[in-house]
Amino acid sequence: MDILYLLIPLSAVLVLGIIGIFGWALNRGQFDDLQREGERILDESEGG
Amino acid sequence: MAIAPAQARPAYNDTVVRGFALAAVVYGIVGMLVGVIIAAQLAWPELNFGIPFLSYGRLRPLHTNAVIFAFGGSVLFATSYHVVQRTCQATLFLPKLAMFTFLGWNLVIVLAVITLPLGMTSGKEYAELEWPIDLLIAVVWVAYAIVFFGTIGTRKVRHIYVANWFFGAFIIAVALLHIVNSAEIPVSLTKSYSAYAGVQDAMVQWWYGHNAVGFFLTAGFLGIMYYYIPKQAERPVYSYRLSIVHFWALIFTYMWAGPHHLHYTALPDWAQSIGMMFSLVLLAPSWGGMINGIMTLSGAWHKLRDDPILKFLIVSLSFYGMSTFEGPMMSIKTVNALSHYTDWTVGHVHSGALGWVGLVSIGALYFLIPKMWGRKAMYSTRAVELHFWVATIGIVLYIAAMWIAGVMQGLMWRAVNPDGTLVYSFVESVKATYPFYVIRVLGGLLYLSGMLIMGWNTVMTIRSGKAQPAVIPVAVAAA
Repeated sequence: MDILYLLIPLSAVLVLGIIGIFGWALNRGQFDDLQREGERILDESEGG
Repeated sequence: MAIAPAQARPAYNDTVVRGFALAAVVYGIVGMLVGVIIAAQLAWPELNFGIPFLSYGRLRPLHTNAVIFAFGGSVLFATSYHVVQRTCQATLFLPKLAMFTFLGWNLVIVLAVITLPLGMTSGKEYAELEWPIDLLIAVVWVAYAIVFFGTIGTRKVRHIYVANWFFGAFIIAVALLHIVNSAEIPVSLTKSYSAYAGVQDAMVQWWYGHNAVGFFLTAGFLGIMYYYIPKQAERPVYSYRLSIVHFWALIFTYMWAGPHHLHYTALPDWAQSIGMMFSLVLLAPSWGGMINGIMTLSGAWHKLRDDPILKFLIVSLSFYGMSTFEGPMMSIKTVNALSHYTDWTVGHVHSGALGWVGLVSIGALYFLIPKMWGRKAMYSTRAVELHFWVATIGIVLYIAAMWIAGVMQGLMWRAVNPDGTLVYSFVESVKATYPFYVIRVLGGLLYLSGMLIMGWNTVMTIRSGKAQPAVIPVAVAAA
């Protein structure tokens, strides 16, 4: 199962990347005020 | 604050959105027509006509590629380009590159229509296209990523709406999957060999194959669901917090489910077990998404009575829930021992494809098309309602026929006499399947006729409408 030498490191890098992006989002305030953000797409000013 | 005159204010770029929306309707009809043809060929093999170009073996990948990549792909392009602009309050980044993705993707499809019936295939499921087309796909996809993420980069709203996370994950994952799985060594212009071999190739193929379902057909379409259901229902997502939680859980888990396609094969046992376990875990985030979408109608259930677009969108989630329950069940090794290689798998695929992907796409297109041509609604709401019922009945006929056929096949194949010999020969199971193949053709015909109704309704809507530029709103809260 030599393919694992590719798939496992690839998956590990992917997981680290995913955690990194999550951390970026958290620190940049993406998860503040979720109530408002959920409603924002329904604002009249949206421009359909 | 002085408002600039309308002509001077920037507008959203919907040219490519319109192009892909129309392409979606056309390719939906074409792809499903090929599906009905091959379903008929299975029931009545004379319909192969002895012509290689029209033979089942060559038309089947044309069907799968057409419905997944031509139809599904066009829906994803149209909606992601529409949603990312509206939620970022920014026009498309590099509009000429966006136009390139439209032309490039259509070129991929035309090349598929030519090469697949000619028998040019790599033999890898949902990745049959040969290496020159694979290269073109990679180029178009990189362009798509640049346009999409570039638009997010130039957003005026700081928060990135949840739908865009789903679209972004789908775009990145598909890039990774395509490039790794399509690694191949060309020996001529129309023939290449996979860089991998044997069970290693199988592992890579089904890591790809299941993530094609998980990211192309699930994450991407969940993005669609999270925008168009709230918009159509005029209510915010039931729990925005849950939408974020299940997004991360979903993308994390999907990557590991691939081995459930390889139970009881030469794949090592421990790899099969990992696939089975993660597939079962996947039930939770999937149902989180389903519940979130359906409960968005909380307090507004009455809207379902009169709004067929909402019917499409909400019922699509019911099928999504069914399929994401059925899938984990079929990933259990003992269950898989019965279901593998039977028509139950086909039934499961089409429950997800016709039920989830098809209905949510149709619902989203019925929302999008009128808006793109300056109308409040499709030309005929009654035709939309008719389409809904025709499609739903078609789906039920299709999947019920395949469930019965599949379980029957599994049971027949494993029936042994006391002396250890098989009770049934293979051809006996084929003969027993015949009536279900006929019912399946009927189900598919109904679903296709729904798409034809949509085609007519779309033409009538465009003829009575007018493509107008949509101005980007000016005053936006900077937060």
